[in-house]
Amino acid sequence: MMYKLIVFLPLIGFLIAGMFGRRIGDKASQLLTASLVSVAAILSWMAFAEIALSGNKAHVHVLDWVSSGTLNFSWAFKIDTLTAVMLVVVNSVSALVHWYSMGYMHEDPDKPRFFAYLSLFTFAMLMLVTSDNLVQMFFGWEGVGLASYLLIGFWFKKPSANAAAIKAFVVNRVGDFGFALGIYAVFVLFGSVEFDVIFANAADFQNATMTFLGHEYHALTVICLLLFVGAMGKSAQLGLHTWLPDAMEGPTPVSALIHAATMVTAGVFLVARFSPVFQYAPDALVVVTVIGAATAFFAASVGLVQNDIKRVIAYSTCSQLGYMFFALGVGAYGGAVFHLFTHAFFKALLFLGAGSVIHAMHHEQDMRNMGGLLKKIPLTAAVMFIGNLAITGFPFLSGFYSKDMIIEAAYASHAPGAEFAFVMGVAAALMTSFYSWRLWFMTFMGETRADHHTYDHAHEGPWTIRFPLIVLAVGAVFAGMVFHGAFIGDNRVAFWNGALVTSAHDIMTEAHHVPFIVKAMPFVVMVLGAVLAMWFYLRKTDLPQRTAEMWDGLYAFLLNKWYFDELYNFIFVRPAFWLGGFFWKRGDEQTIDGFGPNGVSHAVAVIAAKARKLQSGYVYHYAFAMIIGLALVVTWFMAQSGGH
Amino acid sequence: MNFLIHNLLSLMMLVPLIGAGFVLIVRHQDKEIEKRNIRWVTLLATLFTFVLSIVLWGLFDGSTADFQFVEKYEWIGNSISYHVGVDGISMLFVVLTAFLMPIVVLASWESVETRVKEYMIAFLLLETLMIGVFSALDIFLFYVFFEGGLIPMYLIIGVWGGLNRIYASFKFFLYTLLGSVLMLVAVFYMFIETGTTDIPMLMNHHFDADVQNLLWLAFFASFAVKMPMWPVHTWLPDAHVQAPTAGSVILAGVLLKMGGYGFLRFSLPMFPEATMHFAWLVFALSIIAIVYTSLVALVQNDIKKLIAYSSVAHMGFVTIGIFVLNANGIEGAIFTMLSHGIVSGALFLCVGVIYDRLHTREISRYGGLSINMKIYATIFVIFSMASVGLPGMSGFVGEFLVLNGAYTYDSWIAFFATTGVVLGAAYMLYLVRRLVFGELDKDDVKAMPDLNLREKIIFVPLVAVVFWMGIYPNSFLDPIHASVQNLIDTKFSAFENQTVVNVGPVEETEAPAAEAHHDAH
Repeated sequence: MMYKLIVFLPLIGFLIAGMFGRRIGDKASQLLTASLVSVAAILSWMAFAEIALSGNKAHVHVLDWVSSGTLNFSWAFKIDTLTAVMLVVVNSVSALVHWYSMGYMHEDPDKPRFFAYLSLFTFAMLMLVTSDNLVQMFFGWEGVGLASYLLIGFWFKKPSANAAAIKAFVVNRVGDFGFALGIYAVFVLFGSVEFDVIFANAADFQNATMTFLGHEYHALTVICLLLFVGAMGKSAQLGLHTWLPDAMEGPTPVSALIHAATMVTAGVFLVARFSPVFQYAPDALVVVTVIGAATAFFAASVGLVQNDIKRVIAYSTCSQLGYMFFALGVGAYGGAVFHLFTHAFFKALLFLGAGSVIHAMHHEQDMRNMGGLLKKIPLTAAVMFIGNLAITGFPFLSGFYSKDMIIEAAYASHAPGAEFAFVMGVAAALMTSFYSWRLWFMTFMGETRADHHTYDHAHEGPWTIRFPLIVLAVGAVFAGMVFHGAFIGDNRVAFWNGALVTSAHDIMTEAHHVPFIVKAMPFVVMVLGAVLAMWFYLRKTDLPQRTAEMWDGLYAFLLNKWYFDELYNFIFVRPAFWLGGFFWKRGDEQTIDGFGPNGVSHAVAVIAAKARKLQSGYVYHYAFAMIIGLALVVTWFMAQSGGH
Repeated sequence: MNFLIHNLLSLMMLVPLIGAGFVLIVRHQDKEIEKRNIRWVTLLATLFTFVLSIVLWGLFDGSTADFQFVEKYEWIGNSISYHVGVDGISMLFVVLTAFLMPIVVLASWESVETRVKEYMIAFLLLETLMIGVFSALDIFLFYVFFEGGLIPMYLIIGVWGGLNRIYASFKFFLYTLLGSVLMLVAVFYMFIETGTTDIPMLMNHHFDADVQNLLWLAFFASFAVKMPMWPVHTWLPDAHVQAPTAGSVILAGVLLKMGGYGFLRFSLPMFPEATMHFAWLVFALSIIAIVYTSLVALVQNDIKKLIAYSSVAHMGFVTIGIFVLNANGIEGAIFTMLSHGIVSGALFLCVGVIYDRLHTREISRYGGLSINMKIYATIFVIFSMASVGLPGMSGFVGEFLVLNGAYTYDSWIAFFATTGVVLGAAYMLYLVRRLVFGELDKDDVKAMPDLNLREKIIFVPLVAVVFWMGIYPNSFLDPIHASVQNLIDTKFSAFENQTVVNVGPVEETEAPAAEAHHDAH
């Protein structure tokens, strides 16, 4: 019952606010949805205590869903430690974002719709993480995609918001293409789409092969790679990442909830959930490692030069997701989920902090028009300072435990690609530190570059904005310290309790025994990055400009996000429209119709011309002709039967 | 009562005819009152038929593959009989037909003002004929209903249609004529060879393999046009564009399903070897249809054309599902047809709502409807998402089952067909963006009022069914299982899928290198 409440309370909120929002009013819709999600959040922590801390599992059957042939699956919840962790993350951040939005969306005329969408998202995300089978997971997967689409396009009058919303949905669909094929492949191999059956039988199929697109391949590798394509789409990994920066068109609380803390981590969750299968597909793990590492590096490099405060954090998210993936790739599943957990706190904090800045600055997002805000909004500055310390891995804050573990695991691993991941991870850590402090210095320090009116009126938001910031700041400080023993430390086997592939002698043990120089590396690059940022943005403030001019080619390359959008536009979008037009005009109208009906009709053009004068009478002729035809057939049959 | 139940199908065909008879005799000096009475009579007749269809569904026994509610009377000579009945494959199509009829009558309530009497009679006749198609168990009877159903449809397009209606109905006629003639020849041949036109008997007859191929092609010509499959699909966009809203709904909702139903009722059980032989042809055409028409849909400027092209793409999934010859595929195909009947019907109704207000189908004339027509925008987005195949709504279940079945058959088919899922999202969301999102900057669009009560009543049951089918599809799958399984077991039990799994030697154990042949059981 508790688990059903956790999942369905947000749905109830969505339905009421969505259907009757205008009747019950703004205030009631906001309070209702926020309260229901808050209750779900409290219940989630209770579930966390019950499941993760006490070593239990639960399975809840809700309703049969589909049965056809040998394919059967239900609406059902599988609650284990991994799910419990996700429940806590999703509902806690969602509840805080609901409250925060009351302040942030204060002036928006469409509040019930906004809160309904937030609750819809929460419900879909919960269905995703609680699922006991692949198809329900796909339901949640598409559901969060829908909510993301609706929320990115929330300000639907803006063409850019609409474009970003469609882009997010369609690019995710490309990932879903892989995910869906993965589900079919799983069914062919295992004869089921239910997790318990799949994981129990994975070992039996470790040498199985399967025909895929006409060739024989290692079956589990095929499955893992297909599922990973889905994960790449949702988690914005290199190649399918292009939608995430554009998604910043949505209101900032949305960016914090969906595009930082929860939805984009669904891909990480998927791979972690499938760790019992991935462990038998080493080739697939190499791919995960390499893509993750490349994304971590790529996104961090683009983040260095962005000027929109939200885009910097968006690329940061993309980069941090890359860390999680290469952690999965080298087998540090617990490390990946731990980073997911800590990242949820500090990244939501950074986004909501950015939202607080934007709120204070009357929807200004360009950091070139900020500066000097420390005096005006000190609380926001303070919490973002904490967020920066956490993300860059300052000792004993949350990121320190999770990120350093990932880098160490990459070093300790001997799998192909792990060395690459280690180098990329350290490089990205350097850049992370630089862009994070760059953001903070440009926003809060120095002389203001904002116009006087805006600057003078800048002020902290109401308590609904301040309170979530403080809660998240506390989380960003302590989440690592409190939980690292359970997630990645000595208690991890008992803690995960079979939800992830862990053992007392896995990669995380080795990671604890890497040389000191490796352990110190993240710290060194963090300090280096911070010092560089200080040098560039506090001391020699003309240096960024000069550097950009000196390396103008590289600068343009980074500023234009490695030209992915231009490339995709050229290879996919424009050809699709061109082909559509070609098939329509040349294919249907000229060729098929030209030789088909129009060709025939040309022969009877004269009759047609006359008939047009008769208007609808022409149609009666057809009808009449058909009746005559039928009559003839009947006569023929009569004659036939008479002859028998 | 028993008498009624034994003659339920005939009753369902009779009620609309009686309704048509009443409509014919309704007279009143005041033309407005006459029209009102005609509408009410029609609505009541269709509602009563719908109630009967619910009885049919309720009494239907899903545990058997046999035909139920069978009625058989001598009709023409001693070879053709009036033989009707339903099994799991056809029963829900009868329900679908009866469900959509009251909705289209309501949808025409205000938009049709000319020749209301003839219009309503045409629809009532059409209902009788459509129910006949899905329940006929005599191939000649089927042919009569199948072709007869086109007559009211020609009239609906040709009389109450748009400006270019003559061209559209002419095209419709040409295409269907071609298919029908070939099918008729095949029917004659089958009658001459077997001496019967009884469908259950023909199902048990084994035709010679070469003959099967020819017969299969003849039936294929007719059903492919009806589906419609690429490249004989070009009549559909024109027919939809010119048809009045209600005509489009019935065309997309029911008439397109006759092709798929025909494959399941005739091609598969009567010509199983030819079916396996020609499956590649169907897959090739279906995949082309999915990719090609999705791309064409992307560049349309006319709302109805866009939805018409999307129908062709969706029907591509149906034909794939039917010919992969496994339970997932066929059940998925039937489910997709039912779902598409609801969703595309609803989308055409949505078009009708704004067409009634602005009298244009040009997409660029609209925009920003979610500002002044909030309820409408919500409903439109819901059906768009159902069309895109969002899980939890009806479109997903069918699509998922079809593609799952296709993957079991051969991963190439699933690979290409799944691209349609990406393209479908692209064209549908692009449409949504242009219609309901964006600035509300045109004065005449600003003046459009939101849904009125009648329109809300139309959409509520459709929305409910879309979610019901998505969340608890077993209500619809359960009656189908037995008949589909029977079809596969009796005709295609020796058929082998091409996606093969070899559970190779597990090194740790000393298991022999057993090549386990693993298919979808």
